[in-house]
Amino acid sequence: MSPLLTIKNSSQEAGLFVRRIIAIAIFIVILSLLLLGRLVVLQFFQHDYYTTLSDQNEIDLVPLAPNRGLIFDRQGILLSNNTPVYSLIVTPSRTENLDASVQALARRISLSQTDLDQFYQQLKTHRRFEQIPLKMRLSEEDVARFMVDQYRYPGFSINTNLMRQYPFGSTFSHVLGYVGRINQDEVAHVNPANYAGTNFMGKLGTEKFYEPRLHGQVGYQRAEIDAGGRIVRDLSTIKPVKGADLYLTINAGLQTAAEKALEGNRGAIVAINPKNGEVLALVSEPGYDPNLFVSGISQKDFNILINDKSHPLYNRAIHGLYAPGSIIKPFIAIAGLDSGKTTPTAQINDQGVYQIPGTTHIFHDWTWWIGQHGHGLTNVTKAIIESVDTYFYDLAHRMGIDLIDQYLTAFGFGQKTGIDLDEELAGNIPSPASKLRYQKAPWYPGDTAQTGIGQSFFQVTPLQLATATTILANRGLHYWPHLIYAERLPNGHFVYELPRQLPSVVLKNSTDWDVVIHAMAQVVTKGTGTSFGQTPYSVAAKTGTVQLIGKGANGANRATSANLRNNSTFIAFAPIENPQIALAVVVENNAPNAAAVARKVLDYYLLDEHHLPPAAETPHAH
Amino acid sequence: MPIDFLKQKLQRKESGTQYRTIFQVLHLDLYLLFGILALVIFGFFILYSASNQNLSMLLQGVLHIGLAAIIMFVFAQIPPYFYERWSTWVFWSGSFLLLVVLAIGKIGGGARRWLNLGGLHLQPSEIMKIAIPMMLACYLSHKELPPRLKNVLMCLLIIMAPALLTIKEPDLGTGILLILAGFGVLFLAGIQWRYIIGALLGLGALTPILWHFMHKYQKQRILIFLNPERDPLNTGYHIIQSKIAIGSGGFLGKGWLHGTQSHLSFLPAHATDFIFAVCGEEFGFVGGLFLLLIYLYITGCCFRVAYQAQDTYARLLAGGLSLMFFMSVFVNMGMVVGILPVVGVPLPLISYGGSSMITLMATFGILMSIQCHRKLIGN
Repeated sequence: MSPLLTIKNSSQEAGLFVRRIIAIAIFIVILSLLLLGRLVVLQFFQHDYYTTLSDQNEIDLVPLAPNRGLIFDRQGILLSNNTPVYSLIVTPSRTENLDASVQALARRISLSQTDLDQFYQQLKTHRRFEQIPLKMRLSEEDVARFMVDQYRYPGFSINTNLMRQYPFGSTFSHVLGYVGRINQDEVAHVNPANYAGTNFMGKLGTEKFYEPRLHGQVGYQRAEIDAGGRIVRDLSTIKPVKGADLYLTINAGLQTAAEKALEGNRGAIVAINPKNGEVLALVSEPGYDPNLFVSGISQKDFNILINDKSHPLYNRAIHGLYAPGSIIKPFIAIAGLDSGKTTPTAQINDQGVYQIPGTTHIFHDWTWWIGQHGHGLTNVTKAIIESVDTYFYDLAHRMGIDLIDQYLTAFGFGQKTGIDLDEELAGNIPSPASKLRYQKAPWYPGDTAQTGIGQSFFQVTPLQLATATTILANRGLHYWPHLIYAERLPNGHFVYELPRQLPSVVLKNSTDWDVVIHAMAQVVTKGTGTSFGQTPYSVAAKTGTVQLIGKGANGANRATSANLRNNSTFIAFAPIENPQIALAVVVENNAPNAAAVARKVLDYYLLDEHHLPPAAETPHAH
Repeated sequence: MPIDFLKQKLQRKESGTQYRTIFQVLHLDLYLLFGILALVIFGFFILYSASNQNLSMLLQGVLHIGLAAIIMFVFAQIPPYFYERWSTWVFWSGSFLLLVVLAIGKIGGGARRWLNLGGLHLQPSEIMKIAIPMMLACYLSHKELPPRLKNVLMCLLIIMAPALLTIKEPDLGTGILLILAGFGVLFLAGIQWRYIIGALLGLGALTPILWHFMHKYQKQRILIFLNPERDPLNTGYHIIQSKIAIGSGGFLGKGWLHGTQSHLSFLPAHATDFIFAVCGEEFGFVGGLFLLLIYLYITGCCFRVAYQAQDTYARLLAGGLSLMFFMSVFVNMGMVVGILPVVGVPLPLISYGGSSMITLMATFGILMSIQCHRKLIGN
């Protein structure tokens, strides 16, 4: 480059440079105005909008879940409790080296692969500063182990929650039901505001039926929260109102005794106080441990329950449909006497067989199958005591199905008793209409005869049997069977449930009650129920045996395998003069005899009333 | 010539004795210094609030500034010809370190932006913020201006090679700043408009290739920028929360230490990249405007240096560094207010963090050196 050229270029360059600087200055001003314009838009025009968003960010209504009401038996024995449960939670943003901490913890406390999998799954879907549970239901040992070392695990902490706990395990499972985590379907059926802080609700049994009373009223805390949802400052609080405590009509001692009497078998016992309809015991065996369901039952445990051949989840007392069998005879007898189709003295000569006039089909008495040939001359009393089938075939045939059904309906069969449980079934009274509906077959006169001995397409629940027995015991008075005894409101006041009377069974001649009850009293002394044995109190009872298969009267294919053996049924009330308890017992497959089971229950209630139930076993939180 | 140099030196001393102030002796530009001081003081207020009144973090910030101020002072003492002489060397060693960092990052299996030199985190991409303008200024000052196509292409190589390496690190924000500042130098050098238009068209064509070069998370950020609600909990969350912070600040703001967005940690990175949102929330529009005016004042001071510089190298270098400064401000604020994608550029001198602050103060040191080593006869 020659010096001349350089100088010339220099001045040219400087000029060009100045112009370019001016261009850049203009560019910078434009960019700055762009920024300012944006600030104006955000801070003037959209200020209100963003203020709202900011407030929503920082002020939050934190729902305060009410404590669920407790459930007691009638004497104040705690059946359903709230116990503190500890869970280990992690706030990922506060941890140092999350994976290493989790691994270190896994060596200190018991963490299953499922816990870890669930945790890492949730880790993916949550923001870093949200809390994620690492392990639910920590044992106290693990809590202690963690607390000692807590400083080593920043971001890890223990949360304490109240969780439902059933101290008696399976004993009250079919009365109480259980609570579980609220699912999507249930969310739609509750007031979302009131359940804002609630994770659990009643799923079954009393827990479900009395959910609205047990739940209580949600409280709210208006609080300033940070982005992690943690409360920074409390602004105002509306306290939650705890749910009402329930006192059930159940007598825990009786329930325990009844469960014990049935232990190891399949069946149900329902005991009711005839004077007011209070259900004293409601047992369905086998039961299950409701504690398993509270925190979410594991697939393994659930499979065990669901695959169990004796169906522990099935509430036989209110949901089990059984053919009543001979147990129906006292009720048919009442119907026959009241309708004038028979009298206390009218007799038949039983030869062990019955034939509907004008037909060829032969119905056999049960004695036929044990090598005897009938009971001879039989009136209504003897028919009940010895459970004479032919007497009732004949009576039923002469009454006709419509008249029978009128009386059966009055005793509450074929309809729900209205007990305070949601899972109850209505059963079925045999009728031409129902036969057509369920069996798609026309009604034959033989069906009417079968109805007389509690067969045909006859389905009743143990609860219906017990309720009908209370009507017998009361000579017609019918009380609503119920489980709620009293309610203790959050303010400490008790509200007692008063007995509610339902339409009574009114007979034209009330001495007909005496005829039937007198006969029932002799069932246990000289009739089919002698296995019940001698008692210091008076008992009116009726036995029943229900054929499971081979329903046809020929009985050709009577089964012998344990599962297919006959069901044994028993109804009773005692004492006769002043009935205090009426009960129905159903034992599937006839082992042991229902009468023997009933005896244990009645003895407990009438003789050992004041025995306290055995101490509750507290399951360990593992 | 050594003799000429000595003569020059003697001459300057003689002529300067009466006029030079203490600041001139120390080679500090008073205007620029005033701007930096105002910014740093305001910055401390914001940082104190943004760090949730964390005094130790504030002291750490003071330490950073102090260290950076020493570096600025040292850089201001070095005469411009010295920079010119070493430009090429700085550029090549910077580029080499960039490659080393990438290689170590590859071995380490993750993103790497810095080299750990015994506790000192050296970030080569930060060095390139100064090295690229230096190299370009040095290269172009020896060429005829406006530059010819051949030289322009050479400059493009000087800019793009380190910039793409930086983006690959991945550090999209710094990469973009390198490109912007590099092009700024070319523009100041008087590159013809037809090249500029051609380059813009070329950039349009190159976009798909750049897209290919980007990391998945960088692409994600750009997509989210176009529609933040697309991912309100993750990347979009930053933009949404920072807009809420600024928008809810209004005209006067919620007051110092009263910003809820940052104190309740809704706003991520509120002490670093998103600190401008804290300013917007607590000091409102007034605070944002004030901050922008300080930045514009400093930018003005910087360009004054470029304007008054006496040779091509100094002009181009000063111009490039000035533009680098302003573009850092713009890219950060633009991303916080939601008109640019989130690229991870700190707010100059205010965001918490040492390495970008040191680069920046070194930049100011170089600018002061250029300003205060002028030959007074030229005035």
